[in-house]
Amino acid sequence: MSDLTFAPGGSPRDPANDVPRAAPEPLAHYISRAPFDPYAVEGMTPAQERFYRASQWRMVWWKLCRHRIAVLSGAILLAMYVALPFCEFLAPYDLDTRNTDFIYAPPQRVHVFFDGHLVAPYVLGFDYRLDMNRLARVYTPNPSKRQTLRFFCRGDEYALWGLFPGSLHFACPAQAGQLFLLGTDRLGRDLLSRIIYGARVSLTVGLIGVAVSFTLGIVIGGIAGYYGGWTDILIQRVMEVIQSFPHLPLWMALSAVLPVTWSPLLVYFGITLILGMIEWIHLARAVRSKLLALREEDFCTAAVLMGARPARIIGRHLLPSFMSHLIASATLVIPSMILGETALSFLGLGLRPPMTSWGVLLNEAQNINVVALYPWLMFPVVSVVITVLAFNFLGDGLRDAADPYH
Amino acid sequence: MFGYIIRRILIMIPTLIAISIVIFTIINLPPGDYFSTYIAELQSQGEAADLVKIQFLMQQYGFDRPLWEQYLYWVGGLLQGDMGYSFAYNLPVTQVVGDRLFLTFVVSFMTIVFTYVVAFPIGVYSATHQYHWSDHLLTLFGFLGLATPSFLLALVLLYFANVYLGISIGGLMDPQYVDQPWTLPKILSVWEHLWIPVIVIGTAGTAGMIRRLRANLLDELQKQYVVTARAKGLHPLRLLLKYPLRMALNPFISDIGSLLPHVISGAVIVSVVMSLPTTGPMLLEALRSQDMYLAGSFLLFMAFMTVIGVFLSDLALAALDPRIRMQTGRTR
Repeated sequence: MSDLTFAPGGSPRDPANDVPRAAPEPLAHYISRAPFDPYAVEGMTPAQERFYRASQWRMVWWKLCRHRIAVLSGAILLAMYVALPFCEFLAPYDLDTRNTDFIYAPPQRVHVFFDGHLVAPYVLGFDYRLDMNRLARVYTPNPSKRQTLRFFCRGDEYALWGLFPGSLHFACPAQAGQLFLLGTDRLGRDLLSRIIYGARVSLTVGLIGVAVSFTLGIVIGGIAGYYGGWTDILIQRVMEVIQSFPHLPLWMALSAVLPVTWSPLLVYFGITLILGMIEWIHLARAVRSKLLALREEDFCTAAVLMGARPARIIGRHLLPSFMSHLIASATLVIPSMILGETALSFLGLGLRPPMTSWGVLLNEAQNINVVALYPWLMFPVVSVVITVLAFNFLGDGLRDAADPYH
Repeated sequence: MFGYIIRRILIMIPTLIAISIVIFTIINLPPGDYFSTYIAELQSQGEAADLVKIQFLMQQYGFDRPLWEQYLYWVGGLLQGDMGYSFAYNLPVTQVVGDRLFLTFVVSFMTIVFTYVVAFPIGVYSATHQYHWSDHLLTLFGFLGLATPSFLLALVLLYFANVYLGISIGGLMDPQYVDQPWTLPKILSVWEHLWIPVIVIGTAGTAGMIRRLRANLLDELQKQYVVTARAKGLHPLRLLLKYPLRMALNPFISDIGSLLPHVISGAVIVSVVMSLPTTGPMLLEALRSQDMYLAGSFLLFMAFMTVIGVFLSDLALAALDPRIRMQTGRTR
């Protein structure tokens, strides 16, 4: 056996049939001329690099983008808020323009086809008749009264932001015509214009209220979570007491306290404060539970050892690590505030005319007769529902995206 | 278990005291009291006020004393069943309120039963059929239910109930039973009227409950013990009922703490719209006219109901879950 030799990879040679072969050609060596890079294996393509080095906020954004409905809701909300400063321009009529000939007029439809041809958008003028049997105003669209809409036109005078006089509108009725896309109310005021103006109050109530509760929640929740012990127990009891109140009756009681003599603007701020004063609890709870866990981390101990004061540790080191969670929960608080304002104003305890919000508009739709006779007065509800839905979806998406490392 | 109940009751007492202080502060916040407004009003109309009676009432309820004494009078009276005096109605609050507290309780209780009965099967179905089209549909309905203001739902349902089913508009009973003693036909009439407010008030809570139950159950369904049980070949239904559902039930029961304030809030606005003979409309009226004892007792009653509800849900939770019995705290 000793004369049997093994060639690597070959079969054992039989010595009897040994035929000497020609020496094999030397293998062509491949030599890379590139300089040696020991980290080549760990290297990344630019696309990978962009992904791995992305900041937390960028990753939150990417993850949010995968939640389509949340992005769509965000876009709708953004459009709404961007439109707020330009209500005067977007609304066809002024807030208080009264069309006394068209009281409780039903919504008009915009037509774009006439005789089967595409034409400029137009609405049909009304024929008005008082039905003495039912004592109701009857408006019937008259096909012969074609009123072509005007765009970027001069209409009701207004003062933009109370400063700049103007009369430019996005769309106006034809000369001596009407444009009531969502109908009119009991004073003949265009409902669409009023909804657009009402958005100013209804949409900002949530924002200001959430700013109040955000501040309160972070400060109080921060104190409870950071110090723990007796402070924590005390604050938790207080939160429990506030939480065991049903919100709406408490809001009602507090807003009934607001003096009647206050100006509408003051009442507005009072209401937002009241809304914010109760809703902070959700945020405070979130802050507290996160802080309780985070203050045991090494980086927090390091900061303490280096002599940082509690305010700095909480604000600089602890809060940023769960800010995204906070923003998500804040987004989910806004809709309950919008609904709260709507409910209060609907009951007549919140904002009052001349302040116009969606809830104030709905105040007129309080009884069943209105729903039966003038259902279009319920349109402000549609905007409330859309806004609240959008905030809910956006908040849902943000909550999922808040922790992009999972 | 007994020790737990005692501990839990001891925690409840300071909470109730704090609540009563807060309510007393709120109803005393508006400047002036009912009597000064009342006297001023009468004098401005040139009428002589019945000063003797007013003096008597002011003394009876301690309006000339410092605030903290007034508070003690109020609470002391409450403990003896005297809820104070409604100045607007010129009657003791107990008489003004009548059946309202009881009916509020009935409506809230039925709403919670409705919420549980509807939310439970839907939540379980939605979680076990995640991302199925029916789950998406239910989720959409859930969000819509959360976003629709309850008073709108009330108006619309009232309209349809009246037009298509011929049920009298508003109220909790047919008109002929109002202010009548409780008889069987009256109870049946209340039962007939109850479903609209219950659906209306319950919708938002149900939607929230479905979402929470779904999320909880989904968390449990991903855990390893479920995989193990499934790998062993346990029947899916039996598997679901035996393990993950029981775990997901805990938050379902403790949720009553967050559900109750919602139900009561919703009941207030809905009962105003539907003119139900519950506490809502009267509370609104009392707040408007600064009738402080009336408003105060309503607020206290509502907060009290919530606290008791949370207490009961904690007890149920402790009975179900031995881990909670051993700790003092709550799991929420």
